Amino acid sequence: MSATTIPSRAFRERPKESWLAKLFDSKPFLVALCLLPCSGLLIVFMTYPLGLGLWLSLTDTTIGQAGDFVGLDNFISLFDDQIFWNAVGYTIFYTAVATSGKFMLGLWLALLLNHNLPLKAFLRAIVLLPWIVPTVLSSIAWWWIYDPQFSIVSYVAVDVLHVSDQYFDFLGSPWAARWSLIAANIWRGIPFVAITLLAGLQTIPPSLYEAALLDGASGWQKFRRITVPLLMPILSVALTLSVLFTFSDFQLVYAITRGGPFNSTHLMATLAFQRAIPGSQLGEGAAIAVSMIPFLLLATMVCFFGVGRRKWQQGGDND
Amino acid sequence: MANVSIRNVRKRFGSTEILHGVDVEIDDGEFVILVGPSGCGKSTLLRMIAGLENISSGEIAIGDRVVNNIAPKERDIAMVFQNYALYPHMTVRDNMAFSLSLTNASKAEIDEKVGRAAQILGLNPYLARYPRQLSGGQRQRVAMGRAIVRDPQVFLFDEPLSNLDAKLRVAMRAEIKELHQRLQTTTVYVTHDQIEAMTMADKIVVMNAGNVEQIGAPLDLYDKPNNLFVAGFIGSPAMNFVKGKVADGAFTAEDGTILPLPPSAAGQDGRPAVYGIRPEHFRLAGDGLPARITVLEPTGSETQVMAHFAGTPIIGAFRERIAAKPGETIRVSVDPMAAHVFDGATGQRIGA
Repeated sequence: MSATTIPSRAFRERPKESWLAKLFDSKPFLVALCLLPCSGLLIVFMTYPLGLGLWLSLTDTTIGQAGDFVGLDNFISLFDDQIFWNAVGYTIFYTAVATSGKFMLGLWLALLLNHNLPLKAFLRAIVLLPWIVPTVLSSIAWWWIYDPQFSIVSYVAVDVLHVSDQYFDFLGSPWAARWSLIAANIWRGIPFVAITLLAGLQTIPPSLYEAALLDGASGWQKFRRITVPLLMPILSVALTLSVLFTFSDFQLVYAITRGGPFNSTHLMATLAFQRAIPGSQLGEGAAIAVSMIPFLLLATMVCFFGVGRRKWQQGGDND
Repeated sequence: MANVSIRNVRKRFGSTEILHGVDVEIDDGEFVILVGPSGCGKSTLLRMIAGLENISSGEIAIGDRVVNNIAPKERDIAMVFQNYALYPHMTVRDNMAFSLSLTNASKAEIDEKVGRAAQILGLNPYLARYPRQLSGGQRQRVAMGRAIVRDPQVFLFDEPLSNLDAKLRVAMRAEIKELHQRLQTTTVYVTHDQIEAMTMADKIVVMNAGNVEQIGAPLDLYDKPNNLFVAGFIGSPAMNFVKGKVADGAFTAEDGTILPLPPSAAGQDGRPAVYGIRPEHFRLAGDGLPARITVLEPTGSETQVMAHFAGTPIIGAFRERIAAKPGETIRVSVDPMAAHVFDGATGQRIGA
């Protein structure tokens, strides 16, 4: 029976396609359709705000009043603004010092965690804690730690250990506040660096260290000649991300000092917010935010190309 | 160059003993292969010689020096790892020069030694390449080059050919053997492949479950295996075993087949025993014992026959081309001089 029905089906003419079927058979349409959810999100939440920021920076908009196009006036006035330049200087200092601190301590922690320690999984989970806690919450905790009267550090140093006879002034003077914020930022950034580098360390085959041991390498030589070069690719990615996060940091500083005392701890991001929202000068705030872009691009380039992909990683012949 | 003595060496991981007292004497310039199935402790023993594992008890001496408490780098050994352990971020030249560069050797000395090793191994065209730009065989050679550059007293090889394809393995086998003949450096080589052991070694150490089963020259192990394990491990296809007992100056298989005993194994009446015959020691004989063929494998140079013989499946290898088909019966005889008899209880060889 089936032998007679199948041929007649096979030769049956295809029904005429509706316009909808044709549309869904068209490759360009399908590509666009599949890209839509992702590109839509990116456009709405990334491209639009960025474009709006760029536009605002060229206007004199204030809150509640649509502004006019003023060209580069905002940037020109920022050029003579000492508070802006202080913020730029502190942002660079903050990024440089905090990133170095994070990487030194993070690498050290990663090396420790890479050993066979008891409770290894538990320790690794603990290390991640500062990263898991929302920054605003941990910032408030730091705010208490740095409090002039109720600081636990001061309490321990003065009332318990008696190594000092007066309470520390963490946030009261510019440089003390700057270093305090950097310390809090380092604390918060270490887990990211440590876990990333730990992942990198675990990709290095143990036999390389055994070979180096037989070749006569000391611990330091193994670290310098094997670990560091093999860690470079992942280190450069972690470094780039860390520099970006630190440079555009906002929460920590705004939660602890709000830029004070005397605007001494303003980062570019906090200054931009300060001017734009509490100060209602949207145009000027946007201009400060836009000024971060060249710094971020430069930092990314340096990190990425300076310590990025190495020749030995690339495949193929190059002779 | 130096001899290596392994004296009553034991290795424990926690309460588990991996090596149960191993004794091996390796002469100066000898090529010794440690062979055995996975988990027999051969790699652990090699790593103990290298200093990558500590020695739970007993001692290992290289030359006249007991090295139990000497750091790996002071032992004057070089090791080739199974995965080669080449430094991926260094060129072939830097890989080979690494050990020298750590000792602050002069550039001229490094160039000279690396040049010599590259010359020996034919690596000159590849000195500027990175490991990932090399084929498996070339990487293998770089790993050996790194060992040669150090000019050590002992070379250690840890399954160096197991990552290569079959054809390359045969080629590298010959290359390593030739290298040893040229350099005459004492070599300890670990493998699970008995063919590698048979073809390359001056002396084979057969290990099983943390014990040394037998030590000897390849053909000695082949001709006179001490026990059932060695008899079954060395040789391919493996030796055939027929269970039964010795009775009335002959061997009686469990199904009643009578097989001739070698003279040295006679006079052990009533003892349960295992009769061993290598595949090539069967002969076609019109008046022989029946063997019912299950599979025939003609290879051209010989014919391998899987058959049912004396109540046991066996493999025979015949020079003759056999016209019989599976299911048919051929008649084969066994040369008593080539047969092996093992104690049924202990597995030890009976007779010389």
